[in-house]
Amino acid sequence: MYRYDQFDARLVAERVAQFRGQVERRLSGALTEDEFKPLRLQNGVYLQLHAYMLRIAIPYGQLSPRQLRRLAEIARDHDRGFGHFTTRQNIQFNWVALKDIPEVLAKLADVEMHAIQTSGNCIRNTTTDHFAGAAQDEVVDPRAWCEIIRQWSTFHPEFAFLPRKFKIAVTAAEHDRAAIRVHDVGLHIRQKDGVTGFEVHVGGGQGRTPHIAALVNPFVPETQILDYLEAIMRVYNRYGRRDNKYKARIKILVSELGEAEYIRQVEAEFAAQRDAEKIDLPAAEVARIHAYFAPPALAPKPALSKPLEAAKAADPAFARWTRANLHPHKVAGYASVTVSLKPLGVAPGDATDAQMELVADLAEKYGYGDIRVSHAQNLILPHVALDDLPDVYKALDAAGLGAANESRITDMIVCPGLDYCNLANARSIPVALAVQKVFADPAYEEDIGKLHINVSGCINACGHHHVGHIGILGVDKKGEEFYQILLGGRADEKAALGEIVGPGLKAEDVPAAIHRVVEFYRTQRSSPSEKFIDTLERLGHQTFQEALYAAG
Amino acid sequence: MPLVKDGAEVPNGWTFVPDGEALPASGPFSVTPARFLALKEGRENGPLPDGVRLGPADDPAPLEPFLGDLCLIEVAFPRYTDGRGFSQAQLLRRRLGYQGELRAVGHVLRDQIFYMHRSGFDAYETQRAGLSEVLEALAEFSEAYQPAANGPAAAFRKRHGA
Repeated sequence: MYRYDQFDARLVAERVAQFRGQVERRLSGALTEDEFKPLRLQNGVYLQLHAYMLRIAIPYGQLSPRQLRRLAEIARDHDRGFGHFTTRQNIQFNWVALKDIPEVLAKLADVEMHAIQTSGNCIRNTTTDHFAGAAQDEVVDPRAWCEIIRQWSTFHPEFAFLPRKFKIAVTAAEHDRAAIRVHDVGLHIRQKDGVTGFEVHVGGGQGRTPHIAALVNPFVPETQILDYLEAIMRVYNRYGRRDNKYKARIKILVSELGEAEYIRQVEAEFAAQRDAEKIDLPAAEVARIHAYFAPPALAPKPALSKPLEAAKAADPAFARWTRANLHPHKVAGYASVTVSLKPLGVAPGDATDAQMELVADLAEKYGYGDIRVSHAQNLILPHVALDDLPDVYKALDAAGLGAANESRITDMIVCPGLDYCNLANARSIPVALAVQKVFADPAYEEDIGKLHINVSGCINACGHHHVGHIGILGVDKKGEEFYQILLGGRADEKAALGEIVGPGLKAEDVPAAIHRVVEFYRTQRSSPSEKFIDTLERLGHQTFQEALYAAG
Repeated sequence: MPLVKDGAEVPNGWTFVPDGEALPASGPFSVTPARFLALKEGRENGPLPDGVRLGPADDPAPLEPFLGDLCLIEVAFPRYTDGRGFSQAQLLRRRLGYQGELRAVGHVLRDQIFYMHRSGFDAYETQRAGLSEVLEALAEFSEAYQPAANGPAAAFRKRHGA
């Protein structure tokens, strides 16, 4: 993974010192809360319902064991013993005292981490495929380009006060695991005639007016991608709406201008760049950064592991876990392991200090020191020998991390909701946990197969309800919580927005309604291998909607 | 209101004349870009200004033929959250080659001044920051990741000895 050199280290240290000064000015009263707000936001500090929340950047979702241990230590010393992994591959702590935050940032800087630009109207953490560097279907490892984009976007002087927040996601595989079409900018790395380049999508997003991104340029060569991003950012910074924060995202600019006119403006800005303005990244710098992402030296192994097969035969729960939580690795004899942070009854994405330390230990012992955070709020060990899986599972299961549910119905994406967030209209964690309970039988869940349920507690859509196969949206009606159900969303390469199917349900009616829809799918699927989303797309929403509202 | 330029507090002799108001007979003044072009192109009669004040929505490109005649371009920040002035500054300095004073005016926070400096500003006229705040803010970062109008060379160049 990337390691800081003197330049990176100095910038992060200077940021810590700067924020320490800002906090001192706030605590002394020299800065009002209003003036402090934009400063704390650019450092990931939110004022939540109960306390300040600190969001820490995990660039493109990659962590070393040392970094994850440091997060565990912060959870223990400054929070209530847990942290919450987010849909943007970051982590947030909900109970950190403001006066402690400079110290926390200094502890992070020690392990080459920071909270820079994790909130505010600036370019946020660049996210990517959580199997990057391990997945069979990627053309190149996207992380080097994510790091290049991270550096370019960090403290970019022109783009720190954008109309609204700005999120970039990168994939290098045909099967999009980074949800690039629902990001402000989605980049798909492709190769053409021996040249690496980027298919550029702009204007996707969720929130209250969801959009699927427009294809703006099918191939920008890698040597020009930062210049192209500068053109995109400048057009947005100059012409994005600033009169209404709900119309300020780039998706609104693209849709109000129309795709053709938007593309014309970006291309005109790109063409107007003079030579002196070009970023002109030296080839040696691109090579330097790529070198940090060289694949680990995996010892050769047979494709079929005898210890694995024996353990599967002996333990059905382990066998089920291997069917759900493994992703094929590009090297035979290895797999990428999903460590599910969605066990029954736990807020999705939460991990305790001890669990973080365990995953760090396992990564060190079995996983070549590599850990990822997925946008589905799970942890990943991308490189594990098949022979070691029984031991890895045993340790995870003993720590409550053995759920066999990756991409299954209980592997939900859920925002913090009204329990924590002052934007929310309704609670989201309790309704998610109630739905989970219906599908608690692992054999039943496995029979249902791949099915994404995403839950948001308000229309800002932090729980990605628009792109869940089933979406659940909490709304407030005259002081009472109701939940609207959406069907047919997806965040992958066939990205689509779910449709609200009818009137909202009371919280206590949601689990049974979801159960009816799932049972309807099971009776209608053409074979046990036809996925929920495929049956839904084949049959249309109407019959599913009728099942949802059928008197229980 | 304090005016800080090139690391020192300096007196401000300039007047901004809003559209529709009479131009002063003497002393330096600035006008909106539309009025500046009208005066330069003879569509309005009057003393020629050598200063322009850009609002956030103004495009600096039409000023290009006259940039050599201008001593001052003010960029107005009605609210600190409106970052359009950063793009105007980068365009003026890096694309259009403007060499004169580039002054940030209005609701400018001390903690924005480092970014303003990098975007090409060299003067700050704001109630939110006097000389000591500006100097402190300018010294907070000694490195930068990306090229810009001003400030440290990009780390990727220094890394490779450029």
